[in-house]
Amino acid sequence: MGSTSGTPGMSGVGRRDLIKRSAALGLITVPTMGFLSACASGGGDDDEKAKTVKKTKDNPFGVAKDNDLDVFIFKGGYGDEYAKAWEASFEKKYGGDVSHSGEQDVTGKLQPRFNKGNPPDVVDDSGSKKMKLDTLFKDGHLTDLTQLLDAPSIDDPSKKIRDIMLPGTIEQGTFGGKFHALFYVYAAWGLWYSNKLFKKHGWDVPKTWDQLLDIMKDAKSKGIGGLAHQGKYPYYMNIVIMDLIAKTGGMDAVKAIDNLDPKAFVGNDAAERSIEAVYEIVEKGLLMPGTNSLEHTEAQTKWNEYKAVFIPSGSWLENEQAKQTPADFEMTFLPLPLLPDSKMKLHAVRVGADEPFIVPAKAKNVPGGLEFLRRMLSKEGATDFAKKASSLSVLGPEYVDKSVELRPGIKTALAAVDNCPVPERFNFRYSEWYGELDVEIQNATGELMAKRLTPKKWLERCQKAVDKERAKGTDKNKRK
Amino acid sequence: MHRNKYPFIAGFLVLPVGLYLLLVIWPYIQTISYSFTDWSGASQKFSFVGFDNYKDLADDDVFLKALQHNALLLVLVPTLTILLSLFFAFMVNVGGRGGAGGVSGVKGSGFYRIVFFFPQVLSVAILAILFKAVYRGDDSGLINGSLQAVGLGDKNHPTEWLNDPDLVLWCIVFVMIWAGAGFYMVLFSAAMQSIPRDIYEAALLDGAGRIQTFFRVTLPLLWETIQTAWVFLAILSMDAFLLISTLTSQDFGGGPDHSSEVISTYLMRNFQTYSKSGYACAMGVVMLLLTLIVSIVTLRLSRRERIEY
Repeated sequence: MGSTSGTPGMSGVGRRDLIKRSAALGLITVPTMGFLSACASGGGDDDEKAKTVKKTKDNPFGVAKDNDLDVFIFKGGYGDEYAKAWEASFEKKYGGDVSHSGEQDVTGKLQPRFNKGNPPDVVDDSGSKKMKLDTLFKDGHLTDLTQLLDAPSIDDPSKKIRDIMLPGTIEQGTFGGKFHALFYVYAAWGLWYSNKLFKKHGWDVPKTWDQLLDIMKDAKSKGIGGLAHQGKYPYYMNIVIMDLIAKTGGMDAVKAIDNLDPKAFVGNDAAERSIEAVYEIVEKGLLMPGTNSLEHTEAQTKWNEYKAVFIPSGSWLENEQAKQTPADFEMTFLPLPLLPDSKMKLHAVRVGADEPFIVPAKAKNVPGGLEFLRRMLSKEGATDFAKKASSLSVLGPEYVDKSVELRPGIKTALAAVDNCPVPERFNFRYSEWYGELDVEIQNATGELMAKRLTPKKWLERCQKAVDKERAKGTDKNKRK
Repeated sequence: MHRNKYPFIAGFLVLPVGLYLLLVIWPYIQTISYSFTDWSGASQKFSFVGFDNYKDLADDDVFLKALQHNALLLVLVPTLTILLSLFFAFMVNVGGRGGAGGVSGVKGSGFYRIVFFFPQVLSVAILAILFKAVYRGDDSGLINGSLQAVGLGDKNHPTEWLNDPDLVLWCIVFVMIWAGAGFYMVLFSAAMQSIPRDIYEAALLDGAGRIQTFFRVTLPLLWETIQTAWVFLAILSMDAFLLISTLTSQDFGGGPDHSSEVISTYLMRNFQTYSKSGYACAMGVVMLLLTLIVSIVTLRLSRRERIEY
């Protein structure tokens, strides 16, 4: 011994120093490693593809029996019980082991798998942590689903899948001119209220923005918040703002934003009037106190407790709040009321297909994935979905078995959609196309609702973000 | 023995060094190379863009803001945590008076030791849930509810702790100190207990008070431990990801409107939400360099002569 421990006066690194230094180095590396290893990617494909059999009319993708299928579901407002029903049905028909994962952090779980080249066979790519579809598309990760569109429907083989889906579904799932993502859920967005609360206070369904504000003012005088919103996620408040802009300015206003127009916000009369109108809620103190900082479930639960009259959300709200909603709540959907001289009619409503399902191009069992999607688009699949998630698929109501009783709230949303002629239904695309723009508009809205931004500054910030996005010039998305 | 020294040492080192190279150095090298590309994060398709990512970082307002916040955390969190835990450790070990002339902690020090250490047993996820309830912005929040119960809060204008740009970072700093102080108290306690009692007794006999004992005896003898604690806490402040991403708004936290943004939250948003993974890797490299610099500077500046006992 002795030679490895430094003694005073001798040159070289002492043992104590060595330990100390290596400990320090270790300390540095441990926390940074987590991030860096997130960046690390593996290579290498293994080419064990699933076996196939001859394609027939009943089996258009040639799925062989006893192949495994790996299904990944975003477990959000719709839960994931519906997918388990689909998986059980698929397993019954084709055997093999159908594995299920229901997760919220889609990117966190799937990004490494896409990178490594072993993605699942079916992915429901949704939620705030979804992987961006346009990125997946550009990187060649999406199977062209045109073959699915041309496949025969399960319930009536004389019809093709493309002919049984509601209008707009194909357009929404089209990237680079071809159909790549099946947006499965038929959703509507707007405001929601409790009809029980309305009856109790003798309020009428508001048709104009002023009537909406009057109800909120009356509620405030009775100690109830006018509007609750899911402040931690300004996405929800943007439903109100963007819908009001759309209804006030018509499809031109929608296209101006989606197409990154130099006058999308600043210099756009509809945007200016709408944001002023929304800001009145803030200025007059009609927000539910504290709502700006609440999680979506916290805000929604308070609304269920009659602490606020209105809340913005999509048609998954009722399913998400099923446990918190009192039995006699009478959840009701409300298309946004109108400002004077609006281009759209009162019944106009934001409707769209939601929850994109994809089949990764590098999946082991692509035929199985395609067949899984085809089976989702059947009476059995749509009925399972209606039963377990209390929502409709893009096949519409006639594909749901009559025995399924939808919940009362979703029925009011569907009635509102039915009441709106197809050409007058609208939807925005910018949030799918331009992630950074979406975040910036959300941040601006958060600041506006907290009274830290004036409507004028809100418009300027949003316009700046639009201009920045346009200046990148990399994306060629356009609406006609 | 001497002749076979090196193979003998090498035999012990092969496995740890191998693992270190594979799990630490290799990801570093990969990250550094990705930082020169426009990698989207989802596939192995990318092209080299030279130093563009780093140039963009220098002009990125949000990144610069995040950098400032990290700097603020870097100054506040280690300083306050160490001061507080030193105070606790001192009081629990040698702060007591009375008794039969011995050196001991204040009354009930055993109890305090356990209570103060308790936060350390909680994982960050639980901490986040706990403090979500504490800071909740309406009247159901612990602070707001308590304030209103004693008539201090305004029911119609509750303080939105985590949605206030002036408060949010301080809320985070508080949680970090609250969660860390107990651990460092135990660390300093252990170090204090290895200081021979006779030194304290001698100081007492010479008539030194608590404050003098602390500054003249305890602090110099604890210097090495404090140094280590500083490096540890500095690294924690460079990261702070889990806490901020779970407590604050925006994807991966940092809200409202970037007012609690730190490099790690912005890195993750770029990596995942924006699919700008090459750019995010450049941030990772900057973060690595800064952490290295901070650690080296801390260890250099605080170097002192060792006191042997």
